[in-house]
Amino acid sequence: MSLHVVEVGPLVTVQDRGRRGHAHLGVPRAGALDTRAADLANRVVGNDPDAAVLEVLMGGLVLRSDVGRWVAVTGASGPGRAAWLAAGAELRVEPPATGLRSYVAVAGGIAVPPVLGSRSTDTLSWVGPPRVEAGARLPVGRPLREPPAFDVPRPPAPGPLRIVPGPRDDWFAPGALDRLCAAAYVVTADSDRIGLRLDGPPLERVRPGELASEGMVLGAVQVPPDGRPVVFLADHPPTGGYPVIGVVDEDDLWQCAQVRPGERVRFTRRQPDPARAAARR
Amino acid sequence: MAGHTAPPSLRVRPAGRHALLVEVGDPAAALALATWARSAGVEAVEVVPAAETVLFDGVSDPGALAARLGDWSPTPSQERAGALVEVPVAYDGADLDFVADAWGTDVAGVVERHTATEFVSAFCGFAPGFAYLAGLPADLAVPRLESPRPRVPAGSIGLAGTWCGTYPTASPGGWRLLGRTDAPLWDPDRDEPALLAPGTRVRFVAR
Repeated sequence: MSLHVVEVGPLVTVQDRGRRGHAHLGVPRAGALDTRAADLANRVVGNDPDAAVLEVLMGGLVLRSDVGRWVAVTGASGPGRAAWLAAGAELRVEPPATGLRSYVAVAGGIAVPPVLGSRSTDTLSWVGPPRVEAGARLPVGRPLREPPAFDVPRPPAPGPLRIVPGPRDDWFAPGALDRLCAAAYVVTADSDRIGLRLDGPPLERVRPGELASEGMVLGAVQVPPDGRPVVFLADHPPTGGYPVIGVVDEDDLWQCAQVRPGERVRFTRRQPDPARAAARR
Repeated sequence: MAGHTAPPSLRVRPAGRHALLVEVGDPAAALALATWARSAGVEAVEVVPAAETVLFDGVSDPGALAARLGDWSPTPSQERAGALVEVPVAYDGADLDFVADAWGTDVAGVVERHTATEFVSAFCGFAPGFAYLAGLPADLAVPRLESPRPRVPAGSIGLAGTWCGTYPTASPGGWRLLGRTDAPLWDPDRDEPALLAPGTRVRFVAR
């Protein structure tokens, strides 16, 4: 059983929940950027949550399956429901009207061989399967179960990116984090799976000199010397040498997968009260 | 990588809700802390030593981890626990003459000093399997290239500051190149994909 890739758009990659435990060897985690959309796609076709899906940037993907299978398209384009793809029929992922990234799940999951425990493609150092090109045949696993009869996904509500200060907020002028939270920042065209690059009021550093390279977390807001923040996404380098003023909550990062160049994002300090955080979910 | 006579002062900084960045001050202490954390089974998905810090990421209870770190102090055995790997090198790098000048010797002298040094992999970064090897004394530090080369071949061995680095794959790079190895520095199909994972002791052998 396999999928034949007829056409691709700007970038199609295989992604699962990412590669864990290898950051100390210099390996990025990778994994789907919009984890909520990827999880939903797997759920509605009856897959386990760690099944591999296709992440499709700006549509343009055409697939044909050699046998009938349940499929789902979620994220920027797609109804988010399971649909039967008959043998020989084509699945098209159109360029989305809003958002950037769509996710295609197939019952059984994309079954390319895992590398270091994951089927995700890391676009920083290209660990994992190669990017998906037209003409490729993608193996698909055995379906585990029928799609659930009833799945009403709660559409995620976008909002300001909640940020926790540190670890290097003391490298910045007093009030720098407040400034970050006060202004809207514009997404720039060089944003990718490595980082969401932002333009807006520069964040002034008060500590001179260089930071010795140190480990970086997903969602880290790194500030290079020009003062313009970069939010580290799934393919971020495991270590970096610019100070991190704060870290965006993992629950909010899905939005960074869908915000287009020219659109704006806002930040807000994450409230520490755990009861409040629980109520928000 | 001299041993510590006094416990360093740890500074623990939060990095989001599920990670701690621990400042220990130097690469030897960072490696020692990371080695201890792995052997002690500290609850973290990632333990990432770097030049002056260790990052613990994927931690469900950062407060409990911070409390546990308070008991730790480095010991020389933690720093020298790794296996010894010999790396064959063809010393034909583009910067051999530069390094010889910087060290006040000739090319043979560079090879002699480099092969006589026991390095230890302090951490990996920059690319999968790219190891930062400590062991050169401060007086043998060399500056990076002012502008990086667009392409450094796979297997290149270079110097930057007192670090010795190994390029597992071809990439841009600003390190001063001593030579090349054909040792398999990175192979994701191996159980241990990085030949020079943090903690590994390294000797270079001229061939």
